[in-house]
Amino acid sequence: MEYKPTILAFLCNWCSYTGADLAGTSRMKYAPNVRVIRVMCSGRVEPTFVLKAFREGADAVLICGCHPGDCHYHEGNYKCLRRYHLLKKYIQQLGIHPDRLRLEWVSASEGNIFARLIDEMTETVAKLGPCEVRKTMETIN
Amino acid sequence: MENKPKLKVAIYWGAACGGCCVSVLDVHEKLFDVVAVADLVFWPIALDIKYHDVEEMTDGHIDVTLFNGAVRNSENERMAKLLRRKSKILVAYGSCAHMGGIPGLANFSTREEIFKRVYLESESTLNPDGKLPRPECDMPEGKLEIPVFYNDVLTLHNVVDVDYYIPGCPPQTERFVEVFMAIATGAELPPKGSVVGARDKSQCDECERKKTDNKLVKKFYRPWEIYDDGETCFLEQGVICMGPSTRSGCGVRCIKGNAPCRGCYGPPPGVSDPGAKMMSSIATMIDEKESEEIGKVIEDIMDPAGTFYRFSLPVALLRKKSIQKEN
Repeated sequence: MEYKPTILAFLCNWCSYTGADLAGTSRMKYAPNVRVIRVMCSGRVEPTFVLKAFREGADAVLICGCHPGDCHYHEGNYKCLRRYHLLKKYIQQLGIHPDRLRLEWVSASEGNIFARLIDEMTETVAKLGPCEVRKTMETIN
Repeated sequence: MENKPKLKVAIYWGAACGGCCVSVLDVHEKLFDVVAVADLVFWPIALDIKYHDVEEMTDGHIDVTLFNGAVRNSENERMAKLLRRKSKILVAYGSCAHMGGIPGLANFSTREEIFKRVYLESESTLNPDGKLPRPECDMPEGKLEIPVFYNDVLTLHNVVDVDYYIPGCPPQTERFVEVFMAIATGAELPPKGSVVGARDKSQCDECERKKTDNKLVKKFYRPWEIYDDGETCFLEQGVICMGPSTRSGCGVRCIKGNAPCRGCYGPPPGVSDPGAKMMSSIATMIDEKESEEIGKVIEDIMDPAGTFYRFSLPVALLRKKSIQKEN
Protein backbone atom coordinates (compact mmCIF):
# COMPACT_ATOMS: atom_id res chain seq x y z
CA MET A 1 0.00 0.00 0.00
CA GLU A 2 1.25 3.44 -0.84
CA TYR A 3 2.36 5.41 2.18
CA LYS A 4 0.22 8.45 2.91
CA PRO A 5 1.62 10.72 5.59
CA THR A 6 -0.54 12.11 8.36
CA ILE A 7 0.18 15.70 9.34
CA LEU A 8 -1.26 17.06 12.52
CA ALA A 9 -1.78 20.81 12.38
CA PHE A 10 -2.40 23.15 15.29
CA LEU A 11 -4.01 26.29 13.87
CA CYS A 12 -4.59 29.46 15.81
CA ASN A 13 -8.21 30.51 16.00
CA TRP A 14 -7.73 34.09 14.86
CA CYS A 15 -5.55 33.89 11.76
CA SER A 16 -4.51 30.46 10.58
CA TYR A 17 -7.73 28.56 11.20
CA THR A 18 -9.61 31.30 9.43
CA GLY A 19 -7.02 31.10 6.63
CA ALA A 20 -7.58 27.37 6.33
CA ASP A 21 -11.30 27.98 6.36
CA LEU A 22 -10.88 30.45 3.52
CA ALA A 23 -9.01 27.80 1.53
CA GLY A 24 -11.99 25.52 2.08
CA THR A 25 -14.75 28.00 1.29
CA SER A 26 -12.82 29.13 -1.80
CA ARG A 27 -12.77 25.46 -2.91
CA MET A 28 -9.02 25.37 -3.22
CA LYS A 29 -7.60 21.91 -3.72
CA TYR A 30 -4.89 20.70 -1.40
CA ALA A 31 -3.53 17.40 -0.08
CA PRO A 32 -5.98 15.54 2.19
CA ASN A 33 -3.23 14.51 4.62
CA VAL A 34 -3.71 17.18 7.24
CA ARG A 35 -5.72 16.80 10.46
CA VAL A 36 -6.52 20.16 11.99
CA ILE A 37 -6.82 21.01 15.67
CA ARG A 38 -7.98 24.53 16.39
CA VAL A 39 -6.31 26.25 19.33
CA MET A 40 -6.97 29.74 20.62
CA CYS A 41 -3.39 30.84 19.97
CA SER A 42 -0.18 29.31 18.70
CA GLY A 43 1.17 30.25 22.14
CA ARG A 44 -1.22 27.65 23.56
CA VAL A 45 0.64 24.83 21.83
CA GLU A 46 2.64 23.21 24.58
CA PRO A 47 5.62 21.04 23.71
CA THR A 48 3.66 18.21 25.32
CA PHE A 49 1.04 18.47 22.53
CA VAL A 50 3.68 18.09 19.84
CA LEU A 51 5.42 15.17 21.55
CA LYS A 52 2.09 13.48 22.16
CA ALA A 53 1.24 13.88 18.48
CA PHE A 54 4.41 12.06 17.47
CA ARG A 55 3.84 9.48 20.19
CA GLU A 56 0.34 8.77 18.84
CA GLY A 57 1.54 8.28 15.30
CA ALA A 58 1.63 11.63 13.48
CA ASP A 59 4.22 11.69 10.71
CA ALA A 60 4.67 15.42 11.03
CA VAL A 61 3.39 18.30 13.11
CA LEU A 62 2.56 21.73 11.76
CA ILE A 63 1.92 24.77 13.92
CA CYS A 64 0.42 27.88 12.33
CA GLY A 65 -0.07 31.25 13.97
CA CYS A 66 -0.58 34.90 13.16
CA HIS A 67 2.26 36.82 11.57
CA PRO A 68 4.69 38.45 14.02
CA GLY A 69 3.11 41.58 15.42
CA ASP A 70 -0.42 40.41 14.56
CA CYS A 71 -1.09 38.09 17.49
CA HIS A 72 -4.54 38.53 18.98
CA TYR A 73 -2.88 38.20 22.39
CA HIS A 74 0.13 40.39 21.46
CA GLU A 75 2.91 37.93 22.31
CA GLY A 76 1.56 34.38 21.88
CA ASN A 77 3.16 33.73 18.52
CA TYR A 78 6.57 34.84 19.82
CA LYS A 79 6.28 32.41 22.69
CA CYS A 80 5.43 29.72 20.17
CA LEU A 81 8.44 30.64 18.02
CA ARG A 82 10.82 30.29 20.99
CA ARG A 83 9.36 26.95 22.01
CA TYR A 84 9.50 25.77 18.43
CA HIS A 85 13.24 26.39 18.19
CA LEU A 86 13.96 24.53 21.43
CA LEU A 87 11.62 21.71 20.50
CA LYS A 88 13.23 21.31 17.11
CA LYS A 89 16.62 20.84 18.74
CA TYR A 90 15.14 18.37 21.22
CA ILE A 91 13.33 16.15 18.71
CA GLN A 92 16.51 15.72 16.70
CA GLN A 93 18.19 14.26 19.77
CA LEU A 94 15.38 11.72 19.90
CA GLY A 95 15.97 10.72 16.29
CA ILE A 96 13.10 12.68 14.68
CA HIS A 97 13.92 14.49 11.44
CA PRO A 98 13.67 18.29 11.87
CA ASP A 99 11.48 18.63 8.76
CA ARG A 100 8.76 16.75 10.60
CA LEU A 101 8.08 19.80 12.74
CA ARG A 102 7.22 23.08 11.12
CA LEU A 103 6.00 26.48 12.21
CA GLU A 104 4.50 28.88 9.68
CA TRP A 105 2.63 32.16 9.88
CA VAL A 106 -0.67 32.14 7.98
CA SER A 107 -3.05 35.09 8.14
CA ALA A 108 -6.82 34.97 7.75
CA SER A 109 -6.56 36.09 4.12
CA GLU A 110 -3.87 33.59 3.12
CA GLY A 111 -5.99 30.61 2.13
CA ASN A 112 -3.87 30.04 -0.94
CA ILE A 113 -0.68 30.06 1.14
CA PHE A 114 -2.18 27.50 3.53
CA ALA A 115 -3.17 25.22 0.66
CA ARG A 116 0.28 25.45 -0.87
CA LEU A 117 1.93 24.86 2.50
CA ILE A 118 0.01 21.65 3.05
CA ASP A 119 0.85 20.37 -0.44
CA GLU A 120 4.50 21.16 0.03
CA MET A 121 4.74 19.69 3.50
CA THR A 122 2.93 16.51 2.45
CA GLU A 123 5.46 16.06 -0.31
CA THR A 124 8.42 16.60 2.05
CA VAL A 125 7.09 14.18 4.64
CA ALA A 126 6.18 11.59 2.00
CA LYS A 127 9.84 11.59 1.00
CA LEU A 128 10.93 11.11 4.61
CA GLY A 129 8.77 8.01 4.95
CA PRO A 130 6.63 6.91 7.90
CA CYS A 131 7.65 8.27 11.31
CA GLU A 132 8.90 5.43 13.48
CA VAL A 133 8.22 7.05 16.85
CA ARG A 134 4.98 5.31 17.70
CA LYS A 135 6.29 1.89 16.77
CA THR A 136 9.52 2.48 18.70
CA MET A 137 7.66 3.55 21.84
CA GLU A 138 5.33 0.57 21.65
CA THR A 139 8.14 -1.98 21.58
CA ILE A 140 9.66 -2.91 24.89
CA ASN A 141 12.71 -5.10 24.66
CA MET B 1 4.99 -2.05 71.84
CA GLU B 2 7.23 -4.78 73.27
CA ASN B 3 5.07 -7.64 72.06
CA LYS B 4 4.26 -6.19 68.71
CA PRO B 5 5.98 -8.20 65.99
CA LYS B 6 8.72 -6.26 64.26
CA LEU B 7 8.29 -5.07 60.70
CA LYS B 8 10.18 -7.14 58.18
CA VAL B 9 12.00 -4.86 55.80
CA ALA B 10 13.94 -5.61 52.63
CA ILE B 11 16.06 -3.25 50.58
CA TYR B 12 17.15 -4.19 47.09
CA TRP B 13 19.00 -2.48 44.27
CA GLY B 14 18.40 -2.84 40.57
CA ALA B 15 20.39 -0.70 38.14
CA ALA B 16 21.59 1.70 40.80
CA CYS B 17 24.74 3.42 42.00
CA GLY B 18 24.36 2.46 45.66
CA GLY B 19 23.56 6.01 46.74
CA CYS B 20 20.01 5.08 47.73
CA CYS B 21 21.27 2.34 50.06
CA VAL B 22 23.70 4.86 51.55
CA SER B 23 20.85 7.33 52.05
CA VAL B 24 19.20 4.68 54.23
CA LEU B 25 22.43 4.28 56.21
CA ASP B 26 22.47 8.07 56.62
CA VAL B 27 19.78 7.77 59.27
CA HIS B 28 22.77 7.76 61.64
CA GLU B 29 21.63 7.47 65.25
CA LYS B 30 18.01 7.16 64.13
CA LEU B 31 19.04 3.69 63.04
CA PHE B 32 18.28 2.63 66.61
CA ASP B 33 14.68 3.83 66.20
CA VAL B 34 14.48 1.94 62.92
CA VAL B 35 15.89 -1.34 64.22
CA ALA B 36 13.70 -1.05 67.33
CA VAL B 37 10.65 -1.51 65.13
CA ALA B 38 12.06 -3.36 62.14
CA ASP B 39 14.10 -6.40 61.20
CA LEU B 40 16.08 -6.21 57.99
CA VAL B 41 15.50 -9.49 56.22
CA PHE B 42 17.24 -8.80 52.91
CA TRP B 43 19.72 -6.10 51.96
CA PRO B 44 22.53 -7.08 49.59
CA ILE B 45 24.71 -4.06 50.42
CA ALA B 46 24.80 -4.90 54.13
CA LEU B 47 23.60 -8.44 54.81
CA ASP B 48 24.70 -11.82 53.52
CA ILE B 49 21.30 -13.14 52.52
CA LYS B 50 21.06 -14.88 49.17
CA TYR B 51 18.39 -14.83 46.49
CA HIS B 52 17.37 -18.39 47.30
CA ASP B 53 16.71 -17.33 50.91
CA VAL B 54 14.21 -14.81 49.55
CA GLU B 55 12.68 -17.44 47.28
CA GLU B 56 12.11 -19.66 50.29
CA MET B 57 10.13 -17.00 52.15
CA THR B 58 6.36 -17.39 52.05
CA ASP B 59 4.49 -14.94 49.81
CA GLY B 60 3.82 -11.64 51.58
CA HIS B 61 6.42 -12.47 54.24
CA ILE B 62 8.17 -9.11 53.91
CA ASP B 63 6.20 -6.11 55.17
CA VAL B 64 8.00 -3.38 53.24
CA THR B 65 10.48 -3.59 50.37
CA LEU B 66 12.38 -0.53 49.27
CA PHE B 67 13.42 -1.17 45.68
CA ASN B 68 15.97 1.28 44.37
CA GLY B 69 17.45 1.37 40.90
CA ALA B 70 16.01 1.03 37.42
CA VAL B 71 15.27 -2.22 35.60
CA ARG B 72 18.11 -2.68 33.14
CA ASN B 73 18.44 -6.43 32.77
CA SER B 74 16.59 -9.68 33.32
CA GLU B 75 18.04 -10.09 36.83
CA ASN B 76 16.57 -6.75 37.93
CA GLU B 77 13.20 -7.79 36.51
CA ARG B 78 13.30 -11.23 38.11
CA MET B 79 14.11 -9.75 41.53
CA ALA B 80 11.46 -7.06 41.14
CA LYS B 81 8.84 -9.74 40.45
CA LEU B 82 10.11 -11.95 43.25
CA LEU B 83 10.11 -9.13 45.80
CA ARG B 84 6.68 -8.00 44.66
CA ARG B 85 5.34 -11.46 45.44
CA LYS B 86 7.09 -11.65 48.80
CA SER B 87 6.18 -8.14 49.97
CA LYS B 88 3.03 -6.57 51.34
CA ILE B 89 4.19 -3.07 50.39
CA LEU B 90 6.59 -2.41 47.53
CA VAL B 91 8.13 1.05 47.43
CA ALA B 92 9.99 2.45 44.43
CA TYR B 93 12.78 4.18 46.30
CA GLY B 94 14.74 6.92 44.56
CA SER B 95 14.68 8.49 41.11
CA CYS B 96 15.81 5.38 39.21
CA ALA B 97 13.02 3.14 40.46
CA HIS B 98 10.56 6.05 40.25
CA MET B 99 11.37 7.49 36.79
CA GLY B 100 14.41 5.65 35.43
CA GLY B 101 16.93 8.15 36.77
CA ILE B 102 20.45 8.58 35.47
CA PRO B 103 20.65 4.99 34.07
CA GLY B 104 17.57 5.91 32.03
CA LEU B 105 19.69 8.27 29.95
CA ALA B 106 21.03 5.14 28.27
CA ASN B 107 17.75 5.14 26.34
CA PHE B 108 19.42 7.64 24.01
CA SER B 109 21.39 4.65 22.72
CA THR B 110 20.41 1.19 21.61
CA ARG B 111 21.82 -1.98 23.13
CA GLU B 112 23.99 -2.48 20.04
CA GLU B 113 25.46 1.03 20.35
CA ILE B 114 26.19 0.53 24.04
CA PHE B 115 27.87 -2.85 23.48
CA LYS B 116 29.92 -1.46 20.63
CA ARG B 117 31.17 1.46 22.71
CA VAL B 118 31.75 -0.46 25.92
CA TYR B 119 33.21 -3.73 24.64
CA LEU B 120 34.82 -2.75 21.35
CA GLU B 121 35.66 0.93 21.12
CA SER B 122 36.43 2.28 24.56
CA GLU B 123 40.05 3.33 24.98
CA SER B 124 40.69 1.11 27.98
CA THR B 125 39.30 -2.06 26.41
CA LEU B 126 41.43 -4.78 24.85
CA ASN B 127 39.14 -7.15 23.00
CA PRO B 128 40.92 -8.38 19.85
CA ASP B 129 38.37 -11.14 19.18
CA GLY B 130 35.51 -8.63 19.39
CA LYS B 131 33.65 -10.69 21.98
CA LEU B 132 30.31 -9.40 23.21
CA PRO B 133 28.40 -10.64 26.23
CA ARG B 134 25.84 -13.33 25.52
CA PRO B 135 23.13 -14.45 27.93
CA GLU B 136 24.22 -18.07 27.53
CA CYS B 137 27.43 -19.74 26.53
CA ASP B 138 28.72 -23.28 26.57
CA MET B 139 31.88 -23.97 28.52
CA PRO B 140 33.63 -27.33 29.08
CA GLU B 141 32.21 -27.33 32.62
CA GLY B 142 28.66 -26.68 31.45
CA LYS B 143 26.38 -23.91 30.39
CA LEU B 144 27.03 -20.43 31.80
CA GLU B 145 24.24 -17.90 32.12
CA ILE B 146 24.34 -14.20 32.74
CA PRO B 147 21.38 -11.79 32.86
CA VAL B 148 19.99 -10.50 29.56
CA PHE B 149 20.88 -6.85 28.97
CA TYR B 150 17.68 -5.12 27.83
CA ASN B 151 17.53 -2.59 25.04
CA ASP B 152 15.37 -0.26 27.17
CA VAL B 153 15.93 0.96 30.69
CA LEU B 154 12.60 0.51 32.48
CA THR B 155 11.19 1.84 35.73
CA LEU B 156 10.00 -0.45 38.50
CA HIS B 157 6.42 0.41 37.62
CA ASN B 158 6.99 -0.90 34.07
CA VAL B 159 7.51 -4.45 35.34
CA VAL B 160 5.52 -4.75 38.58
CA ASP B 161 2.72 -3.14 40.54
CA VAL B 162 4.17 -0.44 42.83
CA ASP B 163 2.48 0.75 46.03
CA TYR B 164 4.38 3.96 46.76
CA TYR B 165 7.08 6.12 45.26
CA ILE B 166 9.74 7.92 47.26
CA PRO B 167 11.52 10.23 44.82
CA GLY B 168 15.01 11.70 45.00
CA CYS B 169 18.54 11.05 43.94
CA PRO B 170 18.93 9.95 46.64
CA PRO B 171 15.77 10.50 48.68
CA GLN B 172 16.41 12.80 51.58
CA THR B 173 16.97 10.65 54.64
CA GLU B 174 14.63 12.68 56.90
CA ARG B 175 11.78 12.10 54.46
CA PHE B 176 12.52 8.39 54.42
CA VAL B 177 12.48 8.23 58.24
CA GLU B 178 9.13 10.07 58.31
CA VAL B 179 7.60 7.64 55.82
CA PHE B 180 9.12 4.66 57.54
CA MET B 181 7.90 5.69 60.98
CA ALA B 182 4.43 6.31 59.57
CA ILE B 183 4.34 2.72 58.32
CA ALA B 184 5.84 1.36 61.55
CA THR B 185 3.42 3.16 63.86
CA GLY B 186 0.47 2.05 61.77
CA ALA B 187 -0.52 5.58 60.72
CA GLU B 188 -3.08 5.81 57.98
CA LEU B 189 -1.31 5.34 54.66
CA PRO B 190 -2.01 7.45 51.58
CA PRO B 191 -3.80 5.84 48.60
CA LYS B 192 -1.84 3.31 46.60
CA GLY B 193 0.29 4.78 43.86
CA SER B 194 1.02 7.98 45.78
CA VAL B 195 4.34 9.76 45.77
CA VAL B 196 5.33 9.95 49.43
CA GLY B 197 8.17 11.71 51.17
CA ALA B 198 7.75 14.76 48.94
CA ARG B 199 5.42 17.73 48.67
CA ASP B 200 2.99 18.67 45.93
CA LYS B 201 4.30 22.18 45.32
CA SER B 202 7.29 23.04 43.18
CA GLN B 203 10.84 23.73 44.34
CA CYS B 204 10.33 27.46 43.73
CA ASP B 205 7.78 27.44 46.52
CA GLU B 206 10.47 26.51 49.06
CA CYS B 207 13.43 28.21 47.43
CA GLU B 208 14.62 31.25 49.35
CA ARG B 209 16.41 32.98 46.49
CA LYS B 210 15.17 36.42 45.41
CA LYS B 211 12.65 36.24 42.61
CA THR B 212 11.07 38.96 40.51
CA ASP B 213 8.49 38.77 37.74
CA ASN B 214 11.14 39.53 35.17
CA LYS B 215 12.34 36.18 33.93
CA LEU B 216 13.61 37.32 30.54
CA VAL B 217 17.16 36.39 29.57
CA LYS B 218 19.32 37.00 26.51
CA LYS B 219 21.75 34.20 27.17
CA PHE B 220 21.81 30.90 28.99
CA TYR B 221 24.87 30.00 31.00
CA ARG B 222 26.11 26.70 32.27
CA PRO B 223 26.80 26.93 36.00
CA TRP B 224 30.56 27.20 35.58
CA GLU B 225 30.29 30.05 33.09
CA ILE B 226 28.91 32.55 35.55
CA TYR B 227 29.65 34.01 38.97
CA ASP B 228 26.51 33.17 40.89
CA ASP B 229 25.66 35.99 43.28
CA GLY B 230 24.25 33.45 45.73
CA GLU B 231 20.98 35.34 46.13
CA THR B 232 19.13 35.79 42.83
CA CYS B 233 16.93 33.12 41.27
CA PHE B 234 19.10 30.94 39.01
CA LEU B 235 16.71 31.31 36.09
CA GLU B 236 16.88 35.09 36.31
CA GLN B 237 20.65 34.81 36.07
CA GLY B 238 20.28 32.67 32.95
CA VAL B 239 21.24 29.36 34.56
CA ILE B 240 18.85 26.52 33.81
CA CYS B 241 17.25 25.35 37.04
CA MET B 242 14.63 22.61 37.03
CA GLY B 243 12.93 24.06 40.10
CA PRO B 244 9.66 25.15 38.42
CA SER B 245 8.85 21.63 37.23
CA THR B 246 10.17 19.69 40.21
CA ARG B 247 8.47 18.68 43.44
CA SER B 248 9.71 20.15 46.66
CA GLY B 249 10.43 18.05 49.72
CA CYS B 250 14.17 17.69 49.42
CA GLY B 251 14.72 20.90 51.35
CA VAL B 252 16.13 22.61 48.24
CA ARG B 253 19.46 20.97 49.00
CA CYS B 254 21.16 21.73 45.70
CA ILE B 255 20.06 25.36 45.55
CA LYS B 256 21.21 25.93 49.14
CA GLY B 257 24.54 24.55 48.00
CA ASN B 258 24.52 27.13 45.18
CA ALA B 259 23.85 24.58 42.45
CA PRO B 260 20.70 24.76 40.31
CA CYS B 261 18.01 22.10 40.75
CA ARG B 262 18.46 19.11 38.45
CA GLY B 263 14.98 17.71 38.85
CA CYS B 264 15.56 14.45 40.72
CA TYR B 265 12.32 14.69 42.71
CA GLY B 266 10.29 14.48 39.53
CA PRO B 267 7.31 16.54 38.42
CA PRO B 268 4.53 17.83 40.67
CA PRO B 269 1.16 16.06 40.41
CA GLY B 270 -0.71 16.47 37.13
CA VAL B 271 2.36 16.84 34.93
CA SER B 272 2.65 14.00 32.45
CA ASP B 273 5.94 14.98 30.87
CA PRO B 274 8.24 17.02 33.11
CA GLY B 275 10.82 17.87 30.43
CA ALA B 276 8.22 19.20 28.02
CA LYS B 277 6.79 21.45 30.72
CA MET B 278 10.23 22.74 31.50
CA MET B 279 11.02 23.34 27.82
CA SER B 280 7.77 25.23 27.55
CA SER B 281 8.69 27.64 30.34
CA ILE B 282 12.42 27.94 29.61
CA ALA B 283 11.82 28.81 25.96
CA THR B 284 9.43 31.63 26.74
CA MET B 285 12.12 33.30 28.88
CA ILE B 286 14.16 34.10 25.80
CA ASP B 287 14.16 37.84 25.33
CA GLU B 288 14.39 37.86 21.53
CA LYS B 289 11.82 38.11 18.75
CA GLU B 290 13.77 37.22 15.62
CA SER B 291 14.10 33.60 14.60
CA GLU B 292 17.84 33.88 14.12
CA GLU B 293 18.48 35.52 17.49
CA ILE B 294 16.31 32.96 19.27
CA GLY B 295 18.29 30.22 17.57
CA LYS B 296 21.52 31.69 18.91
CA VAL B 297 20.20 31.73 22.47
CA ILE B 298 19.03 28.12 22.11
CA GLU B 299 22.54 27.15 21.03
CA ASP B 300 23.60 27.81 24.64
CA ILE B 301 21.37 24.95 25.76
CA MET B 302 23.85 22.28 24.77
CA ASP B 303 21.81 19.18 25.46
CA PRO B 304 18.09 19.88 25.88
CA ALA B 305 17.07 16.23 26.10
CA GLY B 306 19.70 15.38 28.69
CA THR B 307 19.06 18.55 30.68
CA PHE B 308 15.29 18.49 30.82
CA TYR B 309 14.93 14.71 31.12
CA ARG B 310 17.98 14.06 33.27
CA PHE B 311 16.08 11.79 35.66
CA SER B 312 12.91 11.08 33.75
CA LEU B 313 13.66 9.88 30.23
CA PRO B 314 12.08 6.40 30.63
CA VAL B 315 8.76 7.95 31.75
CA ALA B 316 8.75 10.70 29.10
CA LEU B 317 6.34 10.70 26.16
CA LEU B 318 9.31 9.99 23.93
CA ARG B 319 11.13 7.60 26.22
CA LYS B 320 13.89 6.54 23.89
CA LYS B 321 15.56 7.42 20.65
CA SER B 322 13.72 6.42 17.48
CA ILE B 323 15.73 4.84 14.74
CA GLN B 324 14.38 6.10 11.44
CA LYS B 325 14.41 3.62 8.60
CA GLU B 326 15.67 4.92 5.28
CA ASN B 327 12.80 5.43 2.89
